[in-house]
This record gives sequence, structure tokens and C-alpha cells, in this order.
Amino acid sequence: MGSSDSTCLSHDILIVGGGGAGLRAAIAIGEENPDLTVGVISKIYPMRSHTVSAEGGAAAVIQSSDSHDHHCYDTISGADWLADQDAVETFVEEAPRELLQLEHWGCPWSRNPDGTVAVRPFGGMKIERTWYASDKTGFHMLHSLFQTAIQYDNVTRYDEWFATKLLIEDGRCQGVAAVELGTGQVRAIGGKGVIMTTGGAGRIFPFTTNAAVKTGDGMALAYRAGVALKDMEFVQYHPTGLPGTGILITEASRGEGGVLLNKNGERYLANYDLGEAVDVNDERHPVKRTMELGPRDRLSQAFELERQKGNTLQGEYGDYVHLDLRHIGEKKINKKLPFVRELCQNYVGIDPVHELIPVRPVIHYMMGGIDTDLQAATSLPGLFAAGECACVSINGANRLGSNSLTELLVFGARAARSAVRFAEQNSTINKQAITAQATQEQTRIREQFFQPGKGTETIASIRVDLNRALEQGAGIYRTEESLQTACDQVRELKERYKSVELADHSLTFNTELIAVLELGSLLDVAEAVTHSALQRRESRGSHQRSDHAERDDEQFLKHSLAYQTDGNPRIEYSDVSITRWPPGDRVYGSK
Amino acid sequence: MAASESQTATETMKLEVFRFLPDEGELPNFQTYEVPYRDDWVVLDALNYIKDEIDGTLSYRWSCRMGVCGSCGMMVNGEPKLTCSAFLRDYYPNQIKVEPLNYFPVIRDLIINMDQFIDKLGEVKTWLIPAEEKSVDEGEYLQTPAQLAKYKQYTMCINCMLCYSACPVFGQHPDFLGPAAIALGQRYNLDSRDGGADERADVLFSNEGIWECTFVGECSEVCPKNVDPAGAIQMAKVTATNDWFKGLLMPKGKKKSGGDQ
Repeated sequence: MGSSDSTCLSHDILIVGGGGAGLRAAIAIGEENPDLTVGVISKIYPMRSHTVSAEGGAAAVIQSSDSHDHHCYDTISGADWLADQDAVETFVEEAPRELLQLEHWGCPWSRNPDGTVAVRPFGGMKIERTWYASDKTGFHMLHSLFQTAIQYDNVTRYDEWFATKLLIEDGRCQGVAAVELGTGQVRAIGGKGVIMTTGGAGRIFPFTTNAAVKTGDGMALAYRAGVALKDMEFVQYHPTGLPGTGILITEASRGEGGVLLNKNGERYLANYDLGEAVDVNDERHPVKRTMELGPRDRLSQAFELERQKGNTLQGEYGDYVHLDLRHIGEKKINKKLPFVRELCQNYVGIDPVHELIPVRPVIHYMMGGIDTDLQAATSLPGLFAAGECACVSINGANRLGSNSLTELLVFGARAARSAVRFAEQNSTINKQAITAQATQEQTRIREQFFQPGKGTETIASIRVDLNRALEQGAGIYRTEESLQTACDQVRELKERYKSVELADHSLTFNTELIAVLELGSLLDVAEAVTHSALQRRESRGSHQRSDHAERDDEQFLKHSLAYQTDGNPRIEYSDVSITRWPPGDRVYGSK
Repeated sequence: MAASESQTATETMKLEVFRFLPDEGELPNFQTYEVPYRDDWVVLDALNYIKDEIDGTLSYRWSCRMGVCGSCGMMVNGEPKLTCSAFLRDYYPNQIKVEPLNYFPVIRDLIINMDQFIDKLGEVKTWLIPAEEKSVDEGEYLQTPAQLAKYKQYTMCINCMLCYSACPVFGQHPDFLGPAAIALGQRYNLDSRDGGADERADVLFSNEGIWECTFVGECSEVCPKNVDPAGAIQMAKVTATNDWFKGLLMPKGKKKSGGDQ
């Protein structure tokens, strides 16, 4: 339980974010040392977290025909060689144990007839290694973790608290200031070790698979505290989202044999160096690491090029192509892709058993995030990060589908172990000082947002303009000009943000206050994304520059590090760890 | 595409929305908003339109907008619904009344307090209590597709609370464990890896547990994920009754309840 001191709540370890990574970390501490107290702060109930929306699966080597080296190579080549290879090796090695651990905690993995865990093919993976729970893998993982976490008495949940500031004293992160939504009070919550697990920031873009909560809050907190955001220019478009809503149609639908068709009914990927279109009735189909099972960046780029040729279809929500699952058949769709069928029926009124699904690329995942090392530690003592908000990096310039669910387990657990070690050596919290900081934070928030007549800007107008700036300037293909414009626009929007006027000045569950704080996070994250992208004058993975079309290892086989300043962010670079896989060509199907 | 292409924002629709702002010291009331009508919009889209364009004080929860996070349950024209899955076209041109979920304390506007539900999960022990200890190094617990199928339906609960606000028993007895918590208890009882049925029995079979249920069946009617909590409760009653008889016949040979196979 929290501290008896009524003015300052505190725990040995404080976790900010209650999704997959945060809950995995909480359980790791519960398992390792039940004497340690853990606080989990989440702006929503943990089981609402966006991990819940992940569909396709989680990767880990389990088949005897597979090997750690295969998984490493697929991940590193998928990442266009920007992943840190020591991190990838660690990740691949610890992955199977994490997924087995989740099995022991009750996760209802889909099974083979003999009772062993089943795996399915996934994009960019040479061998089937994606564990799945039909097509609701993230949902089942999150609920298994949440239900498992409930049993630990040393874990205190702060459900519906929103962290607004890292509290740093004596050069160490010693907690956060957070708004309790129910009361509107800002409180200090101390932690000898603090772990960020707040997820990604897809909501900087207008068209995204990401839930409303994905506003990059933890990234922004770290960035404001002087920690670098790494590789932020790498933003993943998932090739198959539903037009309009952006609802995800899982890559597993292609893993199970689904194909992409242009307006002429052709499997257009064959024209983009992704191998040949093997007939869907051929038993070799789908051929792994080719065509529809190529990596997401290449498939999204192929869509855009196909659009430019005039080969896509036009709809109310922009251009789209078709995903064809019909040949898979009703029985298999019901068994392996029931959620896809449900989503299509509910949201576009079509039945994929008989009809084509309209899809287009949609913002899905941030490869970049809070710069951490292999131990999930950041440059700020006492602050650790894991999951999508962090960048270790195993994903480099393009993440492979089904690596992220595993990543949040592996690095959630590693962050927990690191934070515990840190807390053992740094056993004090300056409660008086952090309480004073939280009081100041409450004053700042009320002065900034609760003073009537301050301005005329609305949250929605700034958010809409931000979304447009990012989509136009930092989409699938980017140029110096488009990025410079986006940088300028983000800067203007940050100015406008200072004169937002809230309609709601109440304390009880003020969702408008949370929305304006989230908008602040989005603006900071967008600043890091646009500036990092502007400075990277090469094309690599998801970052494609029309004006610098080639990969440039000499200059840019490096991680970007964005540091916040009073003006534009400062972009520095750090080396990529190369262990056994020297940079080479990414080959998918052809050659 | 769901939306007709010629559609413009000239058609509108009215939403009558429950308001309760405790800070203002005012009694609950209803406020009516006029929103554009689009046939591919859901009730949640209309609420977001109100929040962004008309009234920033309107408060409600939402997140995934694809029917899986469970945040946005509300009463829509008196029926518990996920507002991200309730299409305006199914109500148009009539007015839609939006209220917080029935039977829960209201914090503000459309936001209910559901802390008690999570406490109930803890009481039911909704986690795997292994029938047989096995280290992770020894690999997975084997579970055939048939064994998985026995409990899979009950794993689909998204904790949206629609079943509680459809349940007249919960309406009268807030301590009733309720459909979702019981279904999740059964989810573990029926899992071939689990041996915790006895530990859950005290709570599941208590006065606040399954015997409170009068089998109205509304919970299964409103469940957006076809979990069938009513079925889970019925099954638990049968198991409990069998165990009770077994207990009479052979008091010492108490067998594992629930997942006997």
C-alpha cells in the first residue's frame, strides 16, 4: 500500500502505464520480491489499454525447424539494419520463455491438435513463429496479465490518474506528479525506481489504428525532462486498415493466405520487388518473406506507388485497395480470423467470406521512443522505459509484425529487474521536495488552463491542424520541403497551444483537462518526429525521402536522438550495435 | 463503403444526453444536442462531435472505438450498448437518448464508478491456479483444441459492464458478483490447466454468488461478445449441485469441482 504520509504517496517501484509492458513489469516485481511495493498509474483502467487491440500474434522461436539466428536475421533485415543487434539477440533469446510464462498465467494461446502451442506465418518472418490467440492476441494477453496482476497484494493501482511531470530531485527521478481524475487533485507519487510503459503516439496522425489514448504522454514526459527520444522519424504504416475508421485488419489475415488486389484485381505487389504471385490454391501459398508476407514498410510504400499509377480505387475516405480472404473459406476464417469478420461486418458492412475488404495503409506504430539501453534504463537515473514508448532498439527503421507484443513482455520484465536493482541502491525519496514540486505543478496546470478569457483556441482545432501537418508533411514519402513545412507548422501550433481556452473548469473527472494535457504530449512528440525526419537525409525502412531515395549507411547507419530545447530540438546521433549481421540488402522474394 | 457518397452534413439528428456535474451542485438533467447525421457514424462519433464542436464539458469514456477495450458502454435508448458499435442509422431519424449504464453510481455525466467490479474479480480469483505445478523451463501445459474450446467463450469478456446494467438482480443487490465476474470464474474453473475450483467455490457459491441469479438471461442478450454469462451461471449451478450431492454421499471424497473431465 501507499505511504502512510497523506501528502505523499510512495512506492518502491512506480510504473506509469497499465498496458502489457506495465503489467508485465508489475508482476515481475510481485514475483521477484513481494516485500517491495509497486504503484501502477494508468490514465484508464488497465484492461482498456491499447495492447487490447493487438490482433495477430506474438513472435518467439518454438519450432524445431526454427532458430534464434533466423529470428534475429528476420528482425534485423526487417529493421533495415537500424536495430541494435545485441538488443535483438537478447530479445530473441528471452522471447520464448516470456510467451511460455504467459501460457502458465493462463493465456488462451491457440493450439495444435497435440496440445502444443500453435504458430502462424507473419510478414517478414522466414519461418512460422507467431503465437496467437485466434485474432485477439493482444486482448487475451492483456486480460491474462491484468487478471494475474490482481492477485499481488503489493501492487497498488492508481486507475484513472494522469501523470503530468517527472519529479526529479538530486539528479534522480523520484516519482511523478499526477492528476487524480476523480478529484482533479494533483498529487506526488514517489518511486525509488520509475518505469514508463505508456505506449505509442499514433494519434499525432489523423488516420491511425491507434486508440484515442495513444497520445505519447510518457515520451513527452521524458523528453521534457531532458531524456532523448530516439529514432522518432520511423513511424510505421500498417498496410491494411479500414478506410475512414482506421480499424486494423490484422496481418494474420495475410498470414492465413489473404492477398492484396488493385482495382484491376491484380496482385500488384508482384511489381514492387516482393517476389512472384504464387496462386492462392498452390500449396506453397503464402510464401513467407514474399508478396503479402513482405514487411509492412514495403507493402505500404507499394500501395502509395500503385496509387500514383492510378491503380487504386477511390472512396469517400481516400484511395484503397482490396484484401481478398474469400479463398480461405468460412470455416478457417471463423476459426482463425473471427474478429476480422466481425469488424468487417460491423464497420464496413461486408462479409469477408464472400466479399473483398477495402483497405489502405494506416498509421500503426512508433519504432522510436524514449532512448533506453538493454537494461531498459534511460539517461536519467531512476527512470526506465519499456514497450512502445521506449526505443531499445529492436525495431530499427521498421518493426516486424508480432515482435511488439513479445517486446513488451521481454523489456517490461527487464525494466522491472533493473528498477528493483536501482531501488536497492537508492533507497530514499525526498518526499518533502517532490510534494512541493507537485504543488507547483497543480498551480501551473490551473493557471495555464483554468483561467477564463485567456484565448480563443480550442483543443479540436489544434489537434486537427496537427494531424493534417503530420499527414501532409511526414507521411509514407517525405521531402525536405514537406518536412520543413511540418516542422514550422508544429512550432506554430505549439504557440497556439498557449492560448487554449477550456470550457470545463471543474475538478470532478474533467476529461477536457486530460485532452488538453494529451494534446501537449502530441505536440512534443510531433516536434521530435518532424525534426528527426527532416535531419535524416536518406531513405531507410519506414522513412522514405523522395529527395534522398537511397539508404546511406556511411552517414546514417545511426540512431537519431532528439533533445528538447527552448527552440527547435537538437538532433544528435549514436552508433548502431552491429554484432554478427553486417548491413546488407533487404531481399524479399526476388533476386 | 458504408456511407453513401452523396451524403452531406445537412441532415441532422438529436441526442438527449444525461448530464450530472457534481461540482456545480446541480441535480442530474438532460441536455439535447443536434449533430450531423451520417449513416456510418456510431453514437460515440456523435458524442465526440459534441465534445469537439459544441460542448467541451460533456464527459464520457472511450478509447479503441472498435469494440474491444470495453470503455464506452452506455444506455442508448434504454438499452446497454457499446456506443462505438451502435450506429446512428439504426435510430435515425428519431432522437437518441444516451445515459450512463444502469445500476452503477454515476461519477459525472456518462461516467460510472466500476471499482467494485475489479474487487469482485479479486474475490473470484480470476487467475490461473495451476492444477499441477510446472516450471516454465518444462514448457507449456498441453491443452488440446477441444480443451481450449471448453472455456474459450468465457475468455472473451471485455469487462464492458453491459451485462451488469441489464441484470435486475445486480440492480437490487449491488453485492451480487454479477454475470461477468461469475463467467470469468467459470472461465478458469473450466480451464484444463486450472485446479482452483475449490478455492473459488466459497465465493462463487456464496449468497452473493450464483444462487442470487434468477436466470433472467438479459446478461447474455446484451453481451456484445457472445460470452453467455447466463449459461456460465447455469453451468456453475449444476456443478455446485452435483458437488453438494457428492458431498452428501461421500463427504471425504471431495472431488475437484468445475473442470471435472
